[in-house]
Amino acid sequence: MARYAMAIDTKRCVGCADCVVACQTENNVPIGYCRDWIVQDTYGEYPNLSMEIRSERCNHCDDSPCVRCCPTSASHYAEGGIVLVTHDECIGCKACITSCPYDARYVHPEGYIDKCTFCIHRVKEGEDPACVAVCPTHCMIFGDLDDKNSEISKVLRSRKYKTLIPEAGTKPHVFYLL
Amino acid sequence: MSKRLNRREFIKILGAGTGGALVGASTIQTFAGMKTASSADLITEGSIEKTPTYCELCFWKCAGWVHKKDGEPWKITGNPDDPNSHGRFCPRGTGGIGTYTDPQRLKTPLIRIEERGKQVFKEATWDEALDYIAAKMNKIKEKWGPECIALFTHGSGGTYFKTLLKGFGSNNIAAPSYAQCRGPREEAYLLTYGEGVGSPERTDMVNSKCIVLIGSHIGENMHNGQVQDFSEAVANGATVITVDPRYSIAASKSKYWLPIKPATDMALLLAWINVIIEEELYDKEYVKQYTYGFEELKKAVKKNTPEWAYPITTIKPHLIRETAREMAKNAPATLVHPGRHVTWYGDDTQRVRAGAILNALLGSWGRRGGFYAPAKAKVEKYPLPEFPKPKKDWKDAFPDQFPLANLALSSGICDATIPTPGKDCSFKGWIVYGTNLPLTLPEPKKTIEALKALELVVAIDIMPMEITGWADVVLPECTYLERYDDIRISPGRESTIALRAPAFEAKYDTKPAAWIAKELSKKLGLEKYFPWETFEDYLDYRLKSIGSSLEEMKKIGVKKLAHDEDLYFLNGEEYEFGTNTGKIELYSTALEEHGFDPVPKYTHHEEPPEGYYRLNYGRAPMHSFSRTTNNSYLTDLMAENVVWINPLIAKEWDIKTGDYVVLKNTDGTKSNKIKAYVTQRIRHDSLYMVHGFGHRQKQMSTSYLKGADDTNLMSRVKIDPIMGGTGMRANFITFSMEDV
Amino acid sequence: MKETVITSGRMNPGIDPVLHAWGWEIPIYLFLGGVVAGILFFAGLYYIRGKSEQYKATVKIAPLFVPAMLSIGLLALFLDLTHKLYFWRLYTIIRWESPMSWGAWILMIVFPLSLMWIATFIEDIFPNWDWKFNFVKKTVTWLTGFQKWMAWGLIITSLILGMYTGILLSAFNARPFWNTAILGPLFLVSGLSTGTAFIMLISKSHEEKSKLGQIDLVLIAIEIFLIIHMFMGFLASTEVQIHAAHMFLGGPYTAVFWTFVFTLGLIVPFISEALELKGFKIPVVIPAMLVLIGGLILRFIVVDAGQSSRWLYKFVEQLQ
Ligand SMILES: Nc1nc2c(c(=O)[nH]1)N[C@H]1C(S)=C(S)[C@@H](COP(=O)(O)OP(=O)(O)OC[C@H]3O[C@@H](n4cnc5c(=O)[nH]c(N)nc54)[C@H](O)[C@@H]3O)O[C@H]1N2
Ligand SMILES: Nc1nc2c(c(=O)[nH]1)N[C@H]1C(S)=C(S)[C@@H](COP(=O)(O)OP(=O)(O)OC[C@H]3O[C@@H](n4cnc5c(=O)[nH]c(N)nc54)[C@H](O)[C@@H]3O)O[C@H]1N2
Ligand code: SF4
Ligand code: SF4
Ligand code: SF4
Ligand code: SF4
Ligand code: SF4
Ligand SMILES: [Mo]
Repeated sequence: MARYAMAIDTKRCVGCADCVVACQTENNVPIGYCRDWIVQDTYGEYPNLSMEIRSERCNHCDDSPCVRCCPTSASHYAEGGIVLVTHDECIGCKACITSCPYDARYVHPEGYIDKCTFCIHRVKEGEDPACVAVCPTHCMIFGDLDDKNSEISKVLRSRKYKTLIPEAGTKPHVFYLL
Repeated sequence: MSKRLNRREFIKILGAGTGGALVGASTIQTFAGMKTASSADLITEGSIEKTPTYCELCFWKCAGWVHKKDGEPWKITGNPDDPNSHGRFCPRGTGGIGTYTDPQRLKTPLIRIEERGKQVFKEATWDEALDYIAAKMNKIKEKWGPECIALFTHGSGGTYFKTLLKGFGSNNIAAPSYAQCRGPREEAYLLTYGEGVGSPERTDMVNSKCIVLIGSHIGENMHNGQVQDFSEAVANGATVITVDPRYSIAASKSKYWLPIKPATDMALLLAWINVIIEEELYDKEYVKQYTYGFEELKKAVKKNTPEWAYPITTIKPHLIRETAREMAKNAPATLVHPGRHVTWYGDDTQRVRAGAILNALLGSWGRRGGFYAPAKAKVEKYPLPEFPKPKKDWKDAFPDQFPLANLALSSGICDATIPTPGKDCSFKGWIVYGTNLPLTLPEPKKTIEALKALELVVAIDIMPMEITGWADVVLPECTYLERYDDIRISPGRESTIALRAPAFEAKYDTKPAAWIAKELSKKLGLEKYFPWETFEDYLDYRLKSIGSSLEEMKKIGVKKLAHDEDLYFLNGEEYEFGTNTGKIELYSTALEEHGFDPVPKYTHHEEPPEGYYRLNYGRAPMHSFSRTTNNSYLTDLMAENVVWINPLIAKEWDIKTGDYVVLKNTDGTKSNKIKAYVTQRIRHDSLYMVHGFGHRQKQMSTSYLKGADDTNLMSRVKIDPIMGGTGMRANFITFSMEDV
Repeated sequence: MKETVITSGRMNPGIDPVLHAWGWEIPIYLFLGGVVAGILFFAGLYYIRGKSEQYKATVKIAPLFVPAMLSIGLLALFLDLTHKLYFWRLYTIIRWESPMSWGAWILMIVFPLSLMWIATFIEDIFPNWDWKFNFVKKTVTWLTGFQKWMAWGLIITSLILGMYTGILLSAFNARPFWNTAILGPLFLVSGLSTGTAFIMLISKSHEEKSKLGQIDLVLIAIEIFLIIHMFMGFLASTEVQIHAAHMFLGGPYTAVFWTFVFTLGLIVPFISEALELKGFKIPVVIPAMLVLIGGLILRFIVVDAGQSSRWLYKFVEQLQ
């Protein structure tokens, strides 16, 4: 079994939002919606500043409240721990939306709930997710944590990293390299 | 219905993934004990087609693929063989489909039916529109000569209009990429090294160990390959030194951020040169072998110590020394980046030259991690008859000025169009291809004055931009995704060519520039300059000359051609530079000859009056100037610009993030309302905004009056006396509280 | 100093700039669920205590309104769904981890149970009632034999229903304001209180009214205690929860909450019911209506405030 994850190098990311457009075109995410987004945290006071830039999306949590609270099991874990929504099981009760501490989900205009899929359709073809494949700074790494020799396993062994709000207890699988 | 389809699709994908054939839709409910993917994720199915293109969302011209699914536009991706993009497009290029699908595009030729400025047009046929233009052009030719027509061009399709205008008898062809952009840089490097920097820049940043960015806001300035190189260098541990009054993205990646007082970079550069010479940190061999005028330079910068620079720049002397040593430590793999948009304060050629001199002292020109010698594919031109020789050109309007300008000044042509007593070369006709002059040229009042004085204004564009509002005839071009264009030949480490082929049929009644120029040539009796039957023939001819063909290029998009020149100087290699002395001129003989400072000197620039701040501007990674601000994919990311305000200033004016404010310059010109962004990331003496917003064209309803236009506030420029660049950072603005 | 900016113009409808996944439908549903729980609980309780005749409104009449209330609640819930055609998926699976799921199922039990309950009393209330079909009449008569069992069923299911309306929200740890174990008991007690208030409104018996007034007094006291306890809990908790509490202590919800819910919905009815006990003549509609309105506003506020309290992007500058 694979355990898919993403590592994003905040030191390289320039916040260009290419990953956001690439996701939109790849996945037919409607104009006005997005599955990923860019956050810039600036710390300090002029002129002693530092900045962290993050490309954020669903964290494909191991212990994900969105799956737990879904009354129909439309939200589920798919292969590699990817959290997905089966559209024709979703009733649009939005319990998963309110349960996600990362606000990673939204209501698709067609009624079902949508969010990042880790581009499972591309992953199955052996490709990187669209956002990873487009990133001009090569700051994203996608791969299988169960494979000790994968690039992502290696980078997580060698670099410092964090996840977002680990105290929410969701066990996120998007890692930010610091 | 779609659901059923999607299930089937899933099976196919699964089948591919597991190598087995799985049949029976309802049985595929589980996969290793888990459920199926959601139906909308299964989107790779359908018939997929790829067409090669190179991007037109900016001038980096990345080559890539346009993907269609079941004949519908899907996405654009980079071509991995392309050295400009390495298979990855930037956000603008990735969102290029939005340019094609924009419902507010120009749709048919238009002819003005009322006076200029009032936007009353009638729809016309191509025939009518081109007849109208030809008649007017001939009339101007008869009365004043063909030279009184000028062409402004910025974009791929401009080349056919260049041919047309040259055939017509005028050489007055200008692009804003010279006098409003990188003109000073090209001249500064030409004066120093006998060669320009070019585009894509010949910087070997990917191998640099130390990168010095003076203004250049790479990361926001989203020139693709350059951002990739920068990121790679950062990942490899390069030391970045960023000089910027604003905490740019690049600054956030830097070991040293020097928040310089705007307009004082020359002092910092001279102080760096001073330290490097005084502490003998320069590359002695290199300087001895390749440069001219070291002693003069040394003498000239003697007084420019870090202590001298400190009160000017506000950068502490120890930091100036430390950063100079850092540069020297990593030399020659130290790149003092030449910048790109360098028309800032009017002494720009000299400022960029100071950087060029610094590079020479560090020995980085011709060295790994500094500047490489670019290769450029040699592709035969389509044979054309000779052009007539014009009797005069734009320079005649500026006797004894801008002696070292090597290209026409768009701002100069604009000035020369405004009827001025005592000046004879007034332009009477403008053909404007792919440049939005009212938002592009500073001193916009002059642009409007010139536009009003003309007898003919033709705009060839894809959108109803500001410039089209001033045109007598608007010619709607189809977008780059709907047309062929000339072969892309970009300089780079490798010699490559790229093809742009139409991915979609041209929407509405729009046509490619090549077709428009050829048809117009017929009306003007100049068809001999367009001897090819179809544009495919033209391309095929050129491609055959290098052993390829249109057919092959349609399949591969990008082709690498053989070349075996070295990227760097060989050890101790003799080299003749294209300067007067054949050396790298630290002391410029050409500048001396024309009465300019042969070694750059610090000049003090005007400072903002009390209560005013310097107008600073730049790029956002997801937009290109004014051309993308109506593209729905990109407005989704950024719909309007904001004005950056230091918290101390914001407090003084009682402005909070999210408030709308109106800005006003020293001449009383006001901006459209713009959202405030109160941030520590900017000095207290300037306000910053992204260029390209604040459109005033109702027809572009998506971007109409969204954000503010920096150009509108640029009522003053500082002209570079060496080459005529328009220093655009000479404007001071404040808040117009009565409008808030 | 920390500045957080989302620079890619994220503006997902219903999510940004603050979460607004649930509008008026969910609070209405939760409110009606609570009232129903209260009605059915006391109906069952007083039946078992053998007070069916003294407390006629409680045992027999108030439950008549339950099916309508549940229908409106369910309709609101249905209207809230964004993928309505698939609503039946709720009933293809029971997911214990999902309060939404067992909420849906508990309603599936409560609804028929309340119908059966009503049926067994219908001839009692409407003496001229005719069941038209004999087999219905027979079934009803047969059912009447199980009234005691049904009463127990009502007590249990109504408590679950009442708890559920609070637990539904407190299951969402992602929303700091909902992330408290007190919400379950609070909504249960508030539900019982609004149920009591409803019965008081329709009751004609003075004895019944004053008994229910006494009960309500206790319920309100518990509510006040729980609310204070809840805020103290927040303030002693994590940064995000302190932030959440501050929405009510100087933040945007302060005025509505402390005026309408706390003062008018709890304190004033408490005082007026206490005075009534002391023998002052106060028309019962005043405290009863106040309790009902307060309970309704409470649910609106809690649903709304929960959504605007978040872990991330609390101080985000929305630049788009
Ligand atoms: N996304 C995107 N990328 C682009 C373009 C685009 O439209 N969109 N356009 C392309 C083109 S044609 C060009 S020319 C380039 C332009 O891009 P650059 O060449 O990088 O332009 P600059 O003017 O150097 O960059 C603006 C920066 O200069 C800083 N600055 C302002 N005043 C001063 C000063 O006095 N001293 C110093 N040291 N810094 C100062 C500003 O704070 C800002 O960070 O970008 C290219 N890349
Ligand atoms: N205030 C201010 N002025 C500036 C700058 C600044 O930063 N601030 N930057 C300066 C610099 S560095 C530069 S390089 C220039 C850039 O100046 P321009 O190239 O004029 O920039 P744009 O605003 O993008 O205008 C491009 C025009 O081309 C049209 N266009 C786009 N694609 C096509 C096409 O395929 N065919 C045709 N026919 N038309 C097309 C667009 O609709 C638009 O009208 O601006 C300069 N001027
Ligand atoms: S594409 Fe890459 S560099 Fe750009 S914002 Fe996304 S992660 Fe950052
Ligand atoms: S990030 Fe949110 S939506 Fe994604 S798995 Fe975690 S809880 Fe679920
Ligand atoms: S909205 Fe859909 S996916 Fe989310 S919890 Fe409800 S049924 Fe599950
Ligand atoms: S992995 Fe795919 S779906 Fe997720 S953000 Fe990236 S492109 Fe979008
Ligand atoms: S840098 Fe971006 S906008 Fe410019 S050509 Fe390349 S992909 Fe297009
Ligand atoms: Mo430029």
